[in-house]
Amino acid sequence: MNLVDLQKKLIAAARANMPGDRVPYAFEKRVTALLASRVGAQKLDAWVRGLWRAAVSCVVVALVCAAFALLAPSSTSNTADLSQDFENTLLASVDQNDQVQ
Amino acid sequence: MERTEAELIAAVLRGDAASFEPLVQKYSPRVFATARRYARRESEVEDIAQEVWLKAFEKLKSFRGEAPFEHWLMRMTVRTCYDFLRGHQRNRESSFSDLSEPENDWLERFVTAPESASENADAAKLLIQRVLEKLTPPARLVITLLEIEDRSVKEIAALTGWSVPLVKVRAFRARAEMRKILAKMAKDKYL
Repeated sequence: MNLVDLQKKLIAAARANMPGDRVPYAFEKRVTALLASRVGAQKLDAWVRGLWRAAVSCVVVALVCAAFALLAPSSTSNTADLSQDFENTLLASVDQNDQVQ
Repeated sequence: MERTEAELIAAVLRGDAASFEPLVQKYSPRVFATARRYARRESEVEDIAQEVWLKAFEKLKSFRGEAPFEHWLMRMTVRTCYDFLRGHQRNRESSFSDLSEPENDWLERFVTAPESASENADAAKLLIQRVLEKLTPPARLVITLLEIEDRSVKEIAALTGWSVPLVKVRAFRARAEMRKILAKMAKDKYL
């Protein structure tokens, strides 16, 4: 059997056998519908991703604040009376004005 | 008034997915004809075509309009078909002992009187399909584009994304691979 001739003959057979270009009914409608659903899903995905990122950021900030509150060294204030400290701080500017006058 | 291709593409890029439909309608016959070269079952052909259009939609931003849309789309189609071949490498190890009667008859005729074995015979078409299915994906792609579709090496390089020397090397190997398969077929049949 001459393999080169057989190869040529079979290639010629393939050339003679052009595949059809028939498109299934409403194929373009199906593709467009699929794309539209994908676009909608992508928009929703963007929102979901954004919200998840925001949630994660909030959790991280809350953890940092909690860690700071628990681990930060306690204040070395001389007075134990919080209300007195608060009052002093609030009226500090008024005291300064009195001293100036 | 009918919109031009460039207008349709611009509309799609602005977010109007419906403007993609006329493009799908216009070019689907070419996409299907190409896909049918590589996939036998109609469901596989449809899957390839759908994949091509989904990719085209996703990558439309990368289309710069320097070449016709059809060329850009055909590159995507050929590459999707190649991916399909790589993912469906079945039947490659089977022997030729299960040739159908018409295929056997055609081969007999070819051996006794080569000129009497017509290339238009259905058996010859089945036989070449069988041989192509046994080729490796790059070999099948090169044989299809170079020998069957009669494209130039440069065209194949543009379609596949391979370099020109790589196409030449793969074409050389593909022809050798095909001859090896035919030799095996002859051996299975006559020994």
